Amino acid sequence: MPDITFEGITYDCTADETVLDSLTRHGVLLPSGCRSGSCHACKVKAIKGKPPVASQAGLRGPLKEQNYFLACMCKPEEPLEIALADASDKYCATVIEKSWLNETVTRIRLSRPEGFSYRAGQFINLLRNSDQLARSYSLASIESDDFLEVHIKRVPDGRMSNWLCNELQQDQEISFFGPSGSCFYVQGKAEQPLLLAGTGTGLAPLYGIARDAIRAGHTGPIQLFHASHSAEGLYYSSELEQLAADHTQLTCTACVLQGDMPEGALSGAVDTAVVNKLGDLAGYRVFLCGDAPVVELMQRSFFFAGASMQDIYADAFAFTPAG
Amino acid sequence: MTTLFEKIGGQASVNAAIDPFYRRVLGDPYVSRFFEGVDMVKQAEKQRTFLTMAFGGPHNYTGLDMRKGHKHLVHEMGLNGTHFDHILAHLRSTLAGLGVGEDLIAEVVAVAESTRADVLDL
Repeated sequence: MPDITFEGITYDCTADETVLDSLTRHGVLLPSGCRSGSCHACKVKAIKGKPPVASQAGLRGPLKEQNYFLACMCKPEEPLEIALADASDKYCATVIEKSWLNETVTRIRLSRPEGFSYRAGQFINLLRNSDQLARSYSLASIESDDFLEVHIKRVPDGRMSNWLCNELQQDQEISFFGPSGSCFYVQGKAEQPLLLAGTGTGLAPLYGIARDAIRAGHTGPIQLFHASHSAEGLYYSSELEQLAADHTQLTCTACVLQGDMPEGALSGAVDTAVVNKLGDLAGYRVFLCGDAPVVELMQRSFFFAGASMQDIYADAFAFTPAG
Repeated sequence: MTTLFEKIGGQASVNAAIDPFYRRVLGDPYVSRFFEGVDMVKQAEKQRTFLTMAFGGPHNYTGLDMRKGHKHLVHEMGLNGTHFDHILAHLRSTLAGLGVGEDLIAEVVAVAESTRADVLDL
């Protein structure tokens, strides 16, 4: 019977045993709950080998693609090496470029470490070696880029963001863990309309997701909305314009809550503005990134406007209070 | 013998009911406050488990789980029988909206009703 490897030790699994049962029998206790595939507490990841289809029933597309499965539903068909769901590796990269995108957002490009693979839209946890301070930043780059790109919003008195924006130098090395997150494009349904909406540096993952979908041959309309409190908070306008000019399925729209507006921008709350513009959202695949309260508001509004909860992928940014 | 879950159409019916049911619940100001500030995707998964159970499908939820999961809502937020009635009404309307017959609706509502004491920690 196929063996199961976990944290460097290999365990045998009998014909009728699940991964969860086998490990339990060997005295290895994974987190678990209902043991019937409902609660998802025993969700783990296959890092070698392919989990059976039945063990992925009920998981969302991005998790399936990352070989997550439910240990309680998995009778392995081939040897599996598994890891806990949140395990991620540490990498080291070099700063190859730094530039300000607006008054408070800095773009940092890092060399891409060997062996690091990710899906556009996922995030990494940057680490300051001197005191192990860590913060999450979404990747704006895509797999085919030869660099990793993050957008750093400088938070007043924020320890990590001020260090990244003001002190970290070009050619300096920086460590990170990752990738993490399930807010990314999965191939299939190439004609499905996509709605990408974000605030502030929520544009970073959305820019990656849009490019990734286009590269994967997505043919359906892609509506990208970049929202900000005021026009000063917008950035990458010319990059978005260029991307939309090169790919007719893509439409990019800015949305500004108050004050001066760039030409063609929508005004007011982004959730209302999007629904007013697009109407019924039934059938859309939705990606939402940025400030948690706005992401939650959009999630709710877009669900009420017809998007299915199954088709809404959200990455709400948590901002750590300064101190 | 055909089970309730088979008669109602199995997992496909749960999938069809989940969005409309959740929209009705969130759109009802009388009960929506119990769902504020919770992760909507996780909450939708819980709705799936609830609907699967009410439809007579496979689940592993015990009365004790129901009791534990709602205890803070009962004792800190005032969840009571009237709120429970609202949820049952939304369940009923959701099924009617999907064209489920009266007999089956009654069976589903009876299963959901059987959790009342546990949910309300009575």
